[in-house]
Amino acid sequence: MNDKPISNRAWFLVVPVMVFVLFSSLIPMMTVVNYSVQDSMGQNSFFWNGSEWFRHLFDPTTDIGGRFSRALVRNLVFSGVVLLIEIPLGILVALCIPKRGWAVGAVLVSMTLPMLIPWNVVGTIWQVFARADIGLLGAALTGAGIPFNNTQDPLSAWSTIVVMDVWHWTSMVALLCYAGLKAIPDAFYQAARIDGAGRWSVFRNIELPKLRRVLIIAVLLRFMESFMIYTEPAVVTGGGPGEATSFLSLDLVKIALGQVDLGNAAALSLVYNLITLTLCWIFFTTMTQLDARGSA
Amino acid sequence: MASVTLDGIGHAYGRAGTEADYALKPLHHVWEQGRAYALLGPSGCGKTTLLNIISGLVIPSHGRLLFDGRDVTRLPTERRNIAQVFQFPVVYDTMTVAENLGFPLRNRGMDRRQAAARVGEIAAMLGLTPDLHRRARGLTADAKQKISLGRGLVRSDVAAVLFDEPLTVIDPALKWELRSKLKAVHRALDLLMIYVTHDQTEALTFADQVMVMNEGRVLQIGTPAELFEAPAHTFVGYFIGSPGMNLLPASVEGREAAVDRHRVPLGAAYPAMGGQRVQIGVRPEYATLSRTGGLPVQVQRIEDLGRRRLARVTLGTHPLVATVPPDLAVSGGEAFVRLDPASLHVFADDRRVPGLAA
Repeated sequence: MNDKPISNRAWFLVVPVMVFVLFSSLIPMMTVVNYSVQDSMGQNSFFWNGSEWFRHLFDPTTDIGGRFSRALVRNLVFSGVVLLIEIPLGILVALCIPKRGWAVGAVLVSMTLPMLIPWNVVGTIWQVFARADIGLLGAALTGAGIPFNNTQDPLSAWSTIVVMDVWHWTSMVALLCYAGLKAIPDAFYQAARIDGAGRWSVFRNIELPKLRRVLIIAVLLRFMESFMIYTEPAVVTGGGPGEATSFLSLDLVKIALGQVDLGNAAALSLVYNLITLTLCWIFFTTMTQLDARGSA
Repeated sequence: MASVTLDGIGHAYGRAGTEADYALKPLHHVWEQGRAYALLGPSGCGKTTLLNIISGLVIPSHGRLLFDGRDVTRLPTERRNIAQVFQFPVVYDTMTVAENLGFPLRNRGMDRRQAAARVGEIAAMLGLTPDLHRRARGLTADAKQKISLGRGLVRSDVAAVLFDEPLTVIDPALKWELRSKLKAVHRALDLLMIYVTHDQTEALTFADQVMVMNEGRVLQIGTPAELFEAPAHTFVGYFIGSPGMNLLPASVEGREAAVDRHRVPLGAAYPAMGGQRVQIGVRPEYATLSRTGGLPVQVQRIEDLGRRRLARVTLGTHPLVATVPPDLAVSGGEAFVRLDPASLHVFADDRRVPGLAA
């Protein structure tokens, strides 16, 4: 039997956290919800607008609806491209990292460096690096006769941002995979040698299945972060040329702070949030279910 | 199928200067086809190194390894026709049991139908037939160990099956079953099997011949009975048996030994052993506690093991373990221990000295 006294006053211990969450999250969140169902003529007077903002948002024929659907497609394409490059590349890099000796530390530290650089600095580095006139990359490409200008050509802008993201985050995937690879006991490799398995077969039948769990984490993290990307394209392209690299987050900031269109911005940010949550949930459940089915 | 010859095989990780650098001291031995051998010794005694030399995972720094007289010392693992079962079960997670078993055959380009037939045969022998189409990943540890064994056995050209402490992670209740399965496979396939373990029960029940190793050295090769009755080294005496052999520092003259001031009659006469460290050894099974006659001892405590009772006693300052006869009631105090002269062994510098012929 548990003889400890039960006192509901213990709930008061939760109060500080609740106050903190209230101020940091709930109240700001509710303000956004408020804005999303009201309109204003200025002078801080608001009136009820029902679901009008949301109706506009989901109607591609309106200005805001069109912007939203185009930005959403851009986000999905960007996340897809980034995952398709970073996950296989990360695995490949992890396979090439030495397993022992002094080189391990050197490689791991140098790989971590891009992740330690603040987002806006990453953006600045690449903004300068890719400039067609003075940037090393941009000037070199131009000099080599390859048309490259990320302020005018959408393809140049996109490839700059994709390459920048790959540079910034592939090492995270690689580090996760490296940890997964290190956890495979030597006996598996020895058994594979005895069974006469080739290198590809070892990867396909031992390494990849054992990496399954870390890859779920890697995909989820990279998806969330790439889907919410803001700072780097804001610094490198500012969403341009035109609206070629205007992702949801960039558009949102333009609407909210540039145009001070609070209703549209509030509706968009709520929907954006829900999309991110839903996609993550779908990713997570399908991947863990695949995992469970694999072990059954 | 083959015999395996160790021709001066020795291994030093790194540089081989003094003898202490060897993880495995050079040794000569022949393992014959169709028999079961065990390598027994504590952790770090070199038994796994020896096993890895045979399977080709380690290239020995000294000596030659021969399979049926053919030098395979530098042949890569995959061309040696060796099967190995590891301490932790190794299965390919994404494959079914049947695919797991067929994997070595597919890698060697065997015809699909032929391979399937062979997989069926081996699965039946190991009792895996009902699970053939299940994913290997969800199976129990003992079933996985059977799969790793089966992957070795499917190849009809397999020269030897090596086991590296294969029962470590198996549920105790299933160990016995798996061990008898190994025995059955051994009888059915007439293969050379080499079994590494630190568990004497496993070694003694599995093998025709046991190789006892310590600190990189092979101390004795013999049948379980030989190891028990005539240990060649004090380590063998101590390591085999539960509890191990009693060892007492002594001086030996002719047919008599002296422990401190006590005289102990021996079963045979022994040559003079000047300058060497002499010990006499007797197994607890041959040291009997009694009320009268024998060496005077102090009883420290009695251990009741159910089927038999053991007495922990001291002879002067030397601890001893003796068997308590069923009809003797003792709990402590003074008593005597009788040592069976025929089962007393004399060791000089840890090596057993044979008695002179009468």
